[in-house]
Amino acid sequence: MHGLEPSGALRLAVRDLHKSYGSLEVLRGISLEAHQGDVIALIGASGSGKSTFLRCINQLEDCSQGEIFVNGEHLDLVHRKGRRVARDPRQLRRIRSKLGFVFQSFNLWSHMTVLENLIEGPTRIHGMHRDEAVALAQSLLERVGMKGREGAYPAQLSGGQQQRIAIARALAMQPEVMLFDEPTSALDPELVAEVLAVIRDLATEGRTMLLVTHEMAFARDVASKVVFLHKGLVEESGPPAEIFGAPKSVRLTQFLKHVRLN
Amino acid sequence: MDKIVGYLPILIGGMGVTIAVAILSMALALTLGAGFATLYLRGGRLGRAATTSYTTIARGVPDLVLMLLFFFGGERAINSVLALMGYERISLSPFFIGVVTLGFIFGAFLAETFRGAYLSVPHGQIEAAQAIGLAPRRILGRIIFPQMLRLALPGFTNTWLVMLKSTAIISIVGLQDMVGLADKAGKATREPFVFMLAVILFFLALTAVSGNLLHRLERRYRPGF
Repeated sequence: MHGLEPSGALRLAVRDLHKSYGSLEVLRGISLEAHQGDVIALIGASGSGKSTFLRCINQLEDCSQGEIFVNGEHLDLVHRKGRRVARDPRQLRRIRSKLGFVFQSFNLWSHMTVLENLIEGPTRIHGMHRDEAVALAQSLLERVGMKGREGAYPAQLSGGQQQRIAIARALAMQPEVMLFDEPTSALDPELVAEVLAVIRDLATEGRTMLLVTHEMAFARDVASKVVFLHKGLVEESGPPAEIFGAPKSVRLTQFLKHVRLN
Repeated sequence: MDKIVGYLPILIGGMGVTIAVAILSMALALTLGAGFATLYLRGGRLGRAATTSYTTIARGVPDLVLMLLFFFGGERAINSVLALMGYERISLSPFFIGVVTLGFIFGAFLAETFRGAYLSVPHGQIEAAQAIGLAPRRILGRIIFPQMLRLALPGFTNTWLVMLKSTAIISIVGLQDMVGLADKAGKATREPFVFMLAVILFFLALTAVSGNLLHRLERRYRPGF
């Protein structure tokens, strides 16, 4: 249903991304485009490079080759001291502020309350007035079902609650694209559903998202496109019905046999 | 009894000296500790080597030995350099030597405390800040520093309390602090125990009050952990 808007604006483009750890090449040339409203699920066995790929997009990890465009803006990368880094740190920060990143382990700032976590970015980076940021935070908390917990500290919340706050924190920056790095992998099974429900809502309202996940059923239901990575390359990609219903490659067929599609 | 009461104003002055030495030494220790911790974390191999040498010496040599070294050797070393440059001799006061010695020693303990605190801030906390586009300076001020504070406070409290007690050794090189004065007064009046009791009570009060304040500070930074 979301795949019906391929003509939307190009929000994110990655061209020929490579990354090596020493002599081990973990990403061997991955390209990907996300248009407005696309929900792209990245699947693959552990070690296939899907998390690394996501982390390279906002430069939490450096890549050895490849180009990144966010909302049409090219991220200018240069080689410095054996690493490939942003030429202008300010440009990198601006681009990062347009990419909402959700971590597997939530990474809420533990010394700040829920509300402080949510208004930090808008007030410090967008220069938003505190009252306005608080109002924005309140509406986001309502959307992730956490209204009334403004004053709680992350440690007082369950994993599922923390992850919903982390999603709200990313949304508070009003990003162009949301990047989810295995958002439910660190959660107890009974807490997975509440987080997936929030992500599903975001997909329904037309958010552009990249989602690294092991939740195959969720990928099938929510994604507009599924990309299967194998050993640092895109082995197969397409609409979920094709990927899960009629896999072409042997690798994908094998992979799907090993994961549950419940 | 009158004789003892007569010493009271002098002893109160000595308390002031002790407190001043402690505060100035701690200021120096904080500076050295923060500086060397930064050097260790950001200064590459050379920075790590320099920090390790410093902490090894400052924590390994007895405080009394270091103080005597600074007191007798420091003045001579400085004066021979000054003589070469054609300047007049200077003399270093016990107060100055005491502050330098304690600052030097306890700076090493604080360098370890700060280094450990920095390394204990989970990397994910920093990544989350980078991911929204927060600048490095802001990440340090808003995320790393507040979390370090919580982690470093118990170690800092400990260092402060030990350092307070260590001020007593400076009386050996002639500092007129609480301990030095009480010792003199005790000998003059032949009532050493009365004056030592006063010293004990003074230090207990000082450590109790400052320890209490620091524990409050620890509680203040504990929320969320």
